[in-house]
Amino acid sequence: MVTDNKPSLVALNVDGVEYQVSAGANLVDALASIGKEVPHYCYHPKLTVAGNCRMCLVELGSPLRDRATNELVMENGKPKIGWQPKPAIACATNVSPGLHVRLDSPTVKACREGVTEMLLLNHPLDCPICDQAGECKLQEFSAEYGRGYSRYVDEKNAKPKHTKLGPRVTLDDERCILCSRCVRFCNEVAKDPVLGFVNRGSYNTLTCFPGRELTNNYSLNTVDICPVGALTSTDFRFKMRVWFLKQTSSICTESSTGVNTTVWSREGKIYRITPRRNDAVNDTWMSDSGREILREVDAAHRITAPQVRGAAADLESALTTAGEILRAGAVGVVGSGHQTIEEQRLLTHFTQATQAKAYVPARAGSADGLLISEDRTPNFRGALLAGLTNRAADRDLSALKADIDAGRVRTLLVCREDVTTLGLDATTLAKVRMVYLGLHNDATAKAAEVVLPALSVFERSGHFVNCQFRVQSFVRAIPGPVGTLPDVAILARLLGSVTGQPAAFDADSLWKDLAAKQPALADLSPSKVPSDGLIVDGSAWANLSFPEGKLLKFAPATKA
Amino acid sequence: MAVKVLERRPLSFWERTYLPQVLGGLRVTWRNILRPSVTLQYPEQRPTIPKGYRGVPTLVRDPNGREKCVSCQLCEFICPPKAIRITPGEIPATAETAHVEKAPKEFEINMLRCIYCGLCQEVCPEEAIWLQNQYSMTGTTRAEMVNNKARLYELGGTLPDSHFKWDHKKAESERQAGGHH
Repeated sequence: MVTDNKPSLVALNVDGVEYQVSAGANLVDALASIGKEVPHYCYHPKLTVAGNCRMCLVELGSPLRDRATNELVMENGKPKIGWQPKPAIACATNVSPGLHVRLDSPTVKACREGVTEMLLLNHPLDCPICDQAGECKLQEFSAEYGRGYSRYVDEKNAKPKHTKLGPRVTLDDERCILCSRCVRFCNEVAKDPVLGFVNRGSYNTLTCFPGRELTNNYSLNTVDICPVGALTSTDFRFKMRVWFLKQTSSICTESSTGVNTTVWSREGKIYRITPRRNDAVNDTWMSDSGREILREVDAAHRITAPQVRGAAADLESALTTAGEILRAGAVGVVGSGHQTIEEQRLLTHFTQATQAKAYVPARAGSADGLLISEDRTPNFRGALLAGLTNRAADRDLSALKADIDAGRVRTLLVCREDVTTLGLDATTLAKVRMVYLGLHNDATAKAAEVVLPALSVFERSGHFVNCQFRVQSFVRAIPGPVGTLPDVAILARLLGSVTGQPAAFDADSLWKDLAAKQPALADLSPSKVPSDGLIVDGSAWANLSFPEGKLLKFAPATKA
Repeated sequence: MAVKVLERRPLSFWERTYLPQVLGGLRVTWRNILRPSVTLQYPEQRPTIPKGYRGVPTLVRDPNGREKCVSCQLCEFICPPKAIRITPGEIPATAETAHVEKAPKEFEINMLRCIYCGLCQEVCPEEAIWLQNQYSMTGTTRAEMVNNKARLYELGGTLPDSHFKWDHKKAESERQAGGHH
């Protein structure tokens, strides 16, 4: 694995050309870092080395030394290279100084051809119906390194075609090349060792332990790391070919871990969500439950159109009515950790303009120690940075309820939170005029006077700050429902209606404002946030108690 | 810009009478009046379609009636005018062809977009889409000009098959059923 913090570089000679790579790195990764591809199936940078596919065979050598004097043996003025008599697998080799590698010698080519031919002996070659086609390593390497025709004359093995390994994973054993990535993943990362191989030779078959199922919440990662089409997602199976799908970088909203994801969509419909590698956050994994979030887009209870007093209205009149309500004064604001930092900044301006008190309720859940944290909102840290709140997330809204009951709050702006689950019952809500910017047609939407449709994470762009105080950006993958506006635009209109001046809501001016007001975000702008995020200084909130415990890549700060 | 004036040659006497041109034209007329007619009384008379003609794209079944398309969507991908739209689907486990696993749920070819290039036929790995002899597509609405799956199979009918690869695969898996022990 190539590490970021100034690795010591050593010379690596590839096909006669000298390169500098980090010392001790795995040879496959080291060669990838200089743009050289070594075909491989079983090796995965985040799993242990198994070395069973034999596809990454290369020739290795090192400078010879005289045994008596320990001097380099020279030949024609250059150090003489002692080549190992047999090829070796690159994935089980670490880079040592002066290592020489041959990647396109006749031996290496013969090795790859031989391995490919053997892998294809019993392969069904059903690419037309295989979901992996287009992102299949076997397909790619067979085209690139295979011999192009088969010498096999016997009948191919027939193996089980649709085995349900679990609720979300379907196995096609004929396509399996026995790389054992899925087995290692279940053993090492998910800690749910249910997969294994049975039988021998060409009858070797991947299967689940008798009486067990692949039910863990990380089971779909086995589908992602499967280099062929053996493990398929039961949900995505036969839905769409991958080459039609547009990939958009996004962030999982399941918890404050901020898992990096790729959203695969075509013509405004999302087909699947896969993890995007970020070694500092989620490696190459994500939870199954996080992939389910795409259902929220087409959910039956989704708010797709504005409502005024229960009747459908156009956005313009709904915004006008909402402005009238909020201008009445005595405003309370409920923000959310599901808002982007840009939206939270606009909401902060709104609370300042109306002298309202802002609440950011906590959404607590159980953690799994891997990628799901206790805080089930993606951006509570953003609310701190945006200045919306300066205390830990509110466990319930009893303080707001007291304010409402005492008549100190008569109008309410609620963003993305179902306040009825946080201690505000119907009788309390009946005392206020409420504007709700929400995603779901929940009890809060029914109690609200004006309902404005919010957009899901896939339909808007912005930034979330995860539990490490890492600012991460996400990009709109699909358009929102017809007649809706991004949340920032709606919040800017609401802000404008209470201040009487139009508020800017473009990313540039919002970030200029954030950078000017928040020392931790000084000099930061969206273009300066790299694809793997940027850690900002969160020490100002070090004495707040955050709910997160230890995760895959996060350890809570120990209090002094 | 300099202008060069071209002098037209004055017409001769015969040219001014037009008679040589009229007679030349009549010669062509009489020659064709005496030849056998080549006009087809379309639509009562239909032309003979040459071999390799690229008519309306259709979907075909194999001689056993199995729909050959497995909705791999390669034709949708290759189609230059984006005339093809496929909704893939899964064959239910109870069906006789369940071992094929995949078939189109819907298959639409927009004949207002189709340019009859034949790339879909060329790219099809299952030999399921064929441009056959049908050349006349008319309709009074845009929707009528979109051939859906039912219409495509109606137009396509059955074509001979020399592989029967799925039948072969099913027979082989049944032969090997029960394991190797």
